[in-house]
Amino acid sequence: MKWPAMGYARVESLDELWRALDAAGPEAQILAGGQSLLATLAFRLSAPSTLIDITRIAALKGVSVAGTVLRIGALTRHADLARDPLVARHAPMLAEAAPLIAHPAIRNRGTIGGSLALADPAAELPACVVALGATLVLASRAGERRVPAADFFQGLFTTALDAGEIITAVEVPVATATSRQTIVEVTRRSGDYAMAGLAAALEVDGGVVTSARLVFFGIGSGAEVARGASAALTGKALSAETIAAAQAALDGDLDPPTDLHGGPEMKRHLARVLIRRALTAYLAPTEQAA
Amino acid sequence: MTTRIDVTLTVNGERVSRSVDTRLHLVDFLRSELGLAGAHTGCEHGVCGACTVRLDGEPVRGCLVMAASLDGAVVETIEGLSDSGEILDLQEAFVARNACQCGYCTPGMLVTAADILTASPQATREEIREHISGNYCRCTGYQAIVDAVEDVLKARAAKREAA
Repeated sequence: MKWPAMGYARVESLDELWRALDAAGPEAQILAGGQSLLATLAFRLSAPSTLIDITRIAALKGVSVAGTVLRIGALTRHADLARDPLVARHAPMLAEAAPLIAHPAIRNRGTIGGSLALADPAAELPACVVALGATLVLASRAGERRVPAADFFQGLFTTALDAGEIITAVEVPVATATSRQTIVEVTRRSGDYAMAGLAAALEVDGGVVTSARLVFFGIGSGAEVARGASAALTGKALSAETIAAAQAALDGDLDPPTDLHGGPEMKRHLARVLIRRALTAYLAPTEQAA
Repeated sequence: MTTRIDVTLTVNGERVSRSVDTRLHLVDFLRSELGLAGAHTGCEHGVCGACTVRLDGEPVRGCLVMAASLDGAVVETIEGLSDSGEILDLQEAFVARNACQCGYCTPGMLVTAADILTASPQATREEIREHISGNYCRCTGYQAIVDAVEDVLKARAAKREAA
């Protein structure tokens, strides 16, 4: 279907954006990469009065490191995440996640800020930023505020963003020698939304897990932190037994709704499989074979 | 509410200026305003890849880009890629391998395949499959398409070695 009639405004600075938002009223929406938003227009699932194009705002671009924080501008595209050396070094989970998102032509347009603002429960990046303990930098005419990723996502397609507020950047604590981070997912076809996925961030010191954050996607209303499974790993030596304990703890963590892909039992099964796939890679080769 | 926007952009090396409706996506702009009907409209919600064109040097879904947003952009369509000769070998391989079949997905498939030829010239067959996984061929001609792309990758690699 063709898009509905709507207004369009292009802004080149945050000040221009605040003015455009005031002028356009509450039914306006922000257009970044547009790879989800423009598809929803074709489905008539959204009907913005005006799209305000923020893709030319320089302040939202770029990836940099300051001290122990990797700052990723909101307009950073999935294709950029996949090839940026700073991302690969300091947040390898994001570099690993990018190729899992849709297809090359879509990764060339879609942005991290757009994906996080949409908060699709099956999307990779919301789960990643929660697992990584990232902070989202939000801005409005009133100024800037920082919200931990875990508090930013509030449910199905719902975030802590207020009206007139946008994501300007994501701040990720840089990976250290003890960081182990990975993302795994099960899809029917490469690039499709995951039937189930797991973003796993661990700190492993001398073989012992000192902290663990297992975050699932595609199995609930958002980025789902598996608290029991994460706790089952913490303080333990990483082994086949601890992985089994984390799998067992999952039943108390997850209450997956039935979706197009299948029912709760299938989702729970996939979640257990994903824990094994994600964590087995960190075992000693002899244990992996066993 | 402004529903028409003036844009000036470069399409296949030619500068064009138009006043476009904000409802118009890039593929309809190319087809209806410029008469460049090579890029096809398929699903129009970003799934099938028939509308894939090159924007500022990279393949994009033409149905997920607002024409109104394109002021200053550089667009290349299958017509431009054909005229420049950049993908002549790929087009010949598609014919030789019978990888076109009905031809509907072919323009988008060629733009996507051209990307892997330059971005990862050492790509394996599996990587070719992965790269074109966002382009649907409803004749299910994938085997022949992957064969054609693989032929060109190998031929170009041999040519580089000989040089």
